[in-house]
Amino acid sequence: MTLLKIDGLRIEVEKDGGWTEVLHGVSLELARGEMLGVIGESGAGKSTIGLAALGYVRAGGRFAGGSVVLDGTELIGAPTAVLEGIRGLRVAYVAQSAASYFNPAHTIGDQFAEVLHRKRGMKRAEIDAKAAQLYAELGLPQPERIGGRYPHQLSGGQLQRAMIAMAMATDPDLLIFDEPTTALDVTTQLDVLGCIRRAMARSGAAGIYITHDLALVAQVSDRIMVMRHGHTVEVAPTRQLLSAATQDYTRALLKGLRSERVEAAARPADERPLLRIDALDARYGTGTKVLNAVDLRVHRGETVAIVGESGSGKSTLARSICGLLPPTGGAMIFDDRELPAQLSARKADTLRRIQLVHQLPDLALNGAQSVGKIIGRPAQLFHGLRGAKLAARVTALLEMLELPASYASRYPHQLSGGEKQRVAIARALAAEPDLLICDEVTSALDQLVAAGVLKILRKLREEFGLGMIFITHDVATVREIADTVVVMRHGKVMNAGSVSEVLDQPDEPYTRQLVEATPEMDPDWIVRVRPDFARVA
Amino acid sequence: MMTTLFKIIGWGLRGIVVLWVLASLGAEFVAPYKPNDIVGQMWNGAFWQDTSETARQVLGTDQLGRDLLSRLLYGTRNTLTVALGATFAAFAVGIGFGFWAAIARGRIDMACSRVADLIIAVPTLIVTLLVIAAVGPSVGVLVAIIAVVDGARVFRLARLVAMNICAMEYFESARLRGENLRWLMLHEILPNVRMPLITEFGLRFCFIFLFIAALSFLGLGLQPPEADLGSMVRENASAISFGVLAPFFPAAVIAMLAIAVNLSSEALVRAKRRA
Repeated sequence: MTLLKIDGLRIEVEKDGGWTEVLHGVSLELARGEMLGVIGESGAGKSTIGLAALGYVRAGGRFAGGSVVLDGTELIGAPTAVLEGIRGLRVAYVAQSAASYFNPAHTIGDQFAEVLHRKRGMKRAEIDAKAAQLYAELGLPQPERIGGRYPHQLSGGQLQRAMIAMAMATDPDLLIFDEPTTALDVTTQLDVLGCIRRAMARSGAAGIYITHDLALVAQVSDRIMVMRHGHTVEVAPTRQLLSAATQDYTRALLKGLRSERVEAAARPADERPLLRIDALDARYGTGTKVLNAVDLRVHRGETVAIVGESGSGKSTLARSICGLLPPTGGAMIFDDRELPAQLSARKADTLRRIQLVHQLPDLALNGAQSVGKIIGRPAQLFHGLRGAKLAARVTALLEMLELPASYASRYPHQLSGGEKQRVAIARALAAEPDLLICDEVTSALDQLVAAGVLKILRKLREEFGLGMIFITHDVATVREIADTVVVMRHGKVMNAGSVSEVLDQPDEPYTRQLVEATPEMDPDWIVRVRPDFARVA
Repeated sequence: MMTTLFKIIGWGLRGIVVLWVLASLGAEFVAPYKPNDIVGQMWNGAFWQDTSETARQVLGTDQLGRDLLSRLLYGTRNTLTVALGATFAAFAVGIGFGFWAAIARGRIDMACSRVADLIIAVPTLIVTLLVIAAVGPSVGVLVAIIAVVDGARVFRLARLVAMNICAMEYFESARLRGENLRWLMLHEILPNVRMPLITEFGLRFCFIFLFIAALSFLGLGLQPPEADLGSMVRENASAISFGVLAPFFPAAVIAMLAIAVNLSSEALVRAKRRA
């Protein structure tokens, strides 16, 4: 029986004083108890359609046509009273970042109680009992007492689960999950994903699961809808879509990052490393150690991946190497010479030879400077290039990163996320470094865009023989790009070695946990790694 | 309806002020008399008040029989120049130290911030009166005092907005390149914090303009016979009891200039935000 029927939905947003259509007549149908996965890159319109199921469109947007019918009620143009009776009660929404949706001044339990108390007139004791039951179902610790905590006392994964519990409080018919695990670590993601799967099966509610990760959505959905540029590309049952996709775009997504990996040639045992780090310790202020006796070797032409969850110290290690956070102990030897701990003590040539590419291209580029100025500055500063020579160098760098030469006169806000990241890489290369440190450079990018950036990085490594440190939380990316891998946790190195040694048959328990938590393109994967998340009939 | 009306009044006011400022810049050609020439009796009325043959001055005369319109034009130019110079000086000081404190952090930031707190904690007018009493009134002293006193206030804003930029990764990249202080300030920070600083400039300019007018009113600003808006209000103040409008005109010019500058800086920011 159909619960939600969206038909030929068109949505426009205000842009430069006019209206631009962003959703071009999308249709979908959802039966009771069914889970639909919606997948696409950023800007595909997947969040827009999720919100439309609430009869809502973001500020600056409007419905331009089509219909959204929930259980016989048309939501577009419905009076506020009708919508208020539906939103949060019959259709609930789970957002990406729970941390910004909870009010930090109230306890989890108070915020949980609000809807039930005001709209259903339930007593607080009843509500707390219901909350405890949901918390337990979602695997939160101490379900009886966690309601008395404040949001800052919970971890990211716990907050996300508390938010799902809130959404399920009113026993809604439909739940919208908008990238609910994107901000979480892989191991936490696995837990939350499993909880969603189990709780949804128990409640019998229908769901729309929005994400950019195909492997993830395959674990929870019955059907998958692929979106791109505000159009539906393909809709099919999960297994059918994974095994027999009919569209090129879907096939490209399925192929994802996978490509032919080139094993690096074995290096002579006596080769001196470009960067040698021994027993490095570091801390912020007088706090606890964020790096604890870390060892690292990077050779020329070698890519070393540092993998770990947030808080593992992997970015701190990069900051110490760059001189942004002077270590408190240990040694850093760069090209046979001691690397000064303080940035101010480093020579210009040392600064040139170590370049860092940041995670978020939006923050890494100065919006007030043109691309040409951004890329040209290191060439000007380190190599003294001026005028026509500088312009030629900028053009060459842009071409190297597969960007048109005309981009030199553009500004960062005129570029897409992937293009910005390439400009950031070009800026690092302009210095002609020996060591390139990439801090989560692909995490903020869409799958196919990330694959493009990785391809370029591989090419550059082969062309220039750069030593590269690639920091990531994603095991799949490690397999893609790295020769050797270092697994970090709580500031310590847990495991290190060649990629195949460390990741293919992991002996070390944490590494195994990390490898297993990486979603695979197989709908049975989650049950295989965590049998306790099998669906309850 | 009301907003449209306000808008029209706002644009009209700004139009008049622009014309007035242009006229004051070309005072030598526009003004009917020299500012210090005595051209009539004391406190002739404006043209609509006094229609006698002897009173041919448009806005009448001041307490010494000098042409009020001419003095207003020269006075606007003088006060405006000093106020503008003082505001630029205050911004140069405030932005320079503010950005430096934000970039350097630690002890330098602490030292700069405490000094700024100290300056802000002391009543402005009293300090100014003290300093002027000690070294005597002159334009240079006036500008220097304002640069320090208002610079401390600009410092707080500049430091705050610069701190946000210093946390950005592009700023970190610049530091990792070993860029010098000058590049960091002028190329990495300044272009990204223009908007709050421009708004502050409009507001700060009004304060300084009024402050200079107030000092002149107290006789500590520009010294006679130099024409200047504040002292013109004071010199003609007693005329108001005879029904002569002489002190009203310079006061009105002060008010209109202050409002128009404020409106313009706000409109500039709003236009920028829309784009």
